Amino acid sequence: MASATTAKTTAARLGLRAIAIFYVGIMLLFPVGLLFWRTFEHGIQPVWDQLTTPSAAHAFRVTVIVAFWAVLGNTIFGLVTAILLVRHEFPGKRVLNALVDLPFAVAPVVVGLSLILVYGPHTSVGSWFADHGIDVIFALPGMVIATMFVSLPFVVRELVPVLEEIGDDQEQAAWTLGASRRQTFLRVTLPSIRWALAYGVVLTLARSLGEYGAILVVSGNVIDHTQTAPLYVGAQYANFNPQGAYAVAFALAAIAIVAIIILNVLRPKERT
Amino acid sequence: MSATDLQLTETHPPAPTGRRVRSPRLGIRAGLGLGFATMYLSIVVLIPLAALSSKAFDNGVSGFWDAVSSPEAWAALKLTVLAGLGVSVVNAVFGTLIAWVLVRDRFPGKSLMEAVIDLPFALPTIVAGLILLSLYGVQSPIGINLAFKVSGVVMALLFVTLPFVVRTVEPVLWELDQEMEEAAVSLGASRLTTFRRVVFPNLLPAIASGTALSFARAISEFGSTVLISGNLPFKTQVSAVFIYGQIESDRPEIAAAVSVVLLVLSLVVLLALDGLQRWGRRRG
Repeated sequence: MASATTAKTTAARLGLRAIAIFYVGIMLLFPVGLLFWRTFEHGIQPVWDQLTTPSAAHAFRVTVIVAFWAVLGNTIFGLVTAILLVRHEFPGKRVLNALVDLPFAVAPVVVGLSLILVYGPHTSVGSWFADHGIDVIFALPGMVIATMFVSLPFVVRELVPVLEEIGDDQEQAAWTLGASRRQTFLRVTLPSIRWALAYGVVLTLARSLGEYGAILVVSGNVIDHTQTAPLYVGAQYANFNPQGAYAVAFALAAIAIVAIIILNVLRPKERT
Repeated sequence: MSATDLQLTETHPPAPTGRRVRSPRLGIRAGLGLGFATMYLSIVVLIPLAALSSKAFDNGVSGFWDAVSSPEAWAALKLTVLAGLGVSVVNAVFGTLIAWVLVRDRFPGKSLMEAVIDLPFALPTIVAGLILLSLYGVQSPIGINLAFKVSGVVMALLFVTLPFVVRTVEPVLWELDQEMEEAAVSLGASRLTTFRRVVFPNLLPAIASGTALSFARAISEFGSTVLISGNLPFKTQVSAVFIYGQIESDRPEIAAAVSVVLLVLSLVVLLALDGLQRWGRRRG
């Protein structure tokens, strides 16, 4: 009787395990493996050739420039906002807290459309900038703002729980002992939140490097000009150069995998 | 990768009342910080969304309604919501199952499985789209051609939303006290009854969170579906692709109207989720 129950339990466990492995295998591992196979079907040299064409190299450069400014902006915004939300009281605090999450509810294409409606060439804001020699939409500034929009909450949301957990006892102690605000921030607060900050920055960076929908709408997708690496993938596929698309997609996937590995190293080890 | 974490960590325990500053007056630095944060958020997010809403109602409520209820827009919205619901149900079932196996089972290769679950969050959506097209496209190596079909769109959405339920249920399963289950089993309950009456009620809030997040993501998705859907109006065109088409053909009012519908749908789902979590915490 007891052994029959055990056998049944074992069978159920094996069954569940099989279903889980099958589902993850067929939905995730096989498709991603296929990307690698398709990329290297004809060896390594053609992949390298595709990655180093002037247009692909330009697309990578644009991607890095846009991601850099977006990550910089969102890191400063994230630090300031998280400290305000945790360490200060002010009217409208709950509203600010709720609004920080808003970008997660907005579809990427909608982000692009919203920015065009404010900063586009036919709007008053857009033409003011144009009069001062700055194109926002179909140019880098618009692409940076779009990337900031889609990745805005990450740093704040990683920092808030950590700031809450560490409390402000040590900061108070530092002030009492005569440290300036700046010293307190650099020598007490920053060291204790550095891993959460790094985690948030990697999330922001990964999202920034991969954004497609929002960037597609605001950039105009001009090759050798405003085309980013994700846009290059879509365009090359549409232009019947699948090898070019696969090579750049592989490079982006490799960056994503490195990001996952870094995140796993940074993630606090809360379980055995 | 971390929409899940983020939604879960969104809550703040109330600050201990003793430390609360009585008069909400900020110092100069904090005041400047608040000014900067407000300005940044306005320039990047708030003013654009306000412009979107205003554009959607440029021609009044009737104009908004005409745009949303045009046959093409309506078909796209219907497909978006139905596909989102279907994908969410599949995720609820398989996500819970995968989380269970990852927490309770032990087998070679488990750590690999644990690591690859996050892939869809980290992969750029266009890369996901390319991958799915190479798998289910015209040149499918397994002979399944789902290109330009609704099932292709659904496969793409399943791919990008796979981690949500797994990642919300896993931490709850880790915390769950296994002694409760052992007690139920030793009192004669079958494994199935134990799961249904003891484990499942404890997991329900987490399953609901993950499902809601995957619905919100599915209805917004663009990059992974745009290639495989072939953008056929009335057939495979989801709302995000429809909106993009309207922007390209210079009809921003129509694009804005449908955008507002998508935005409101996501907000309602995410606010309901937030309410559910507050309610769950008060109860628990």
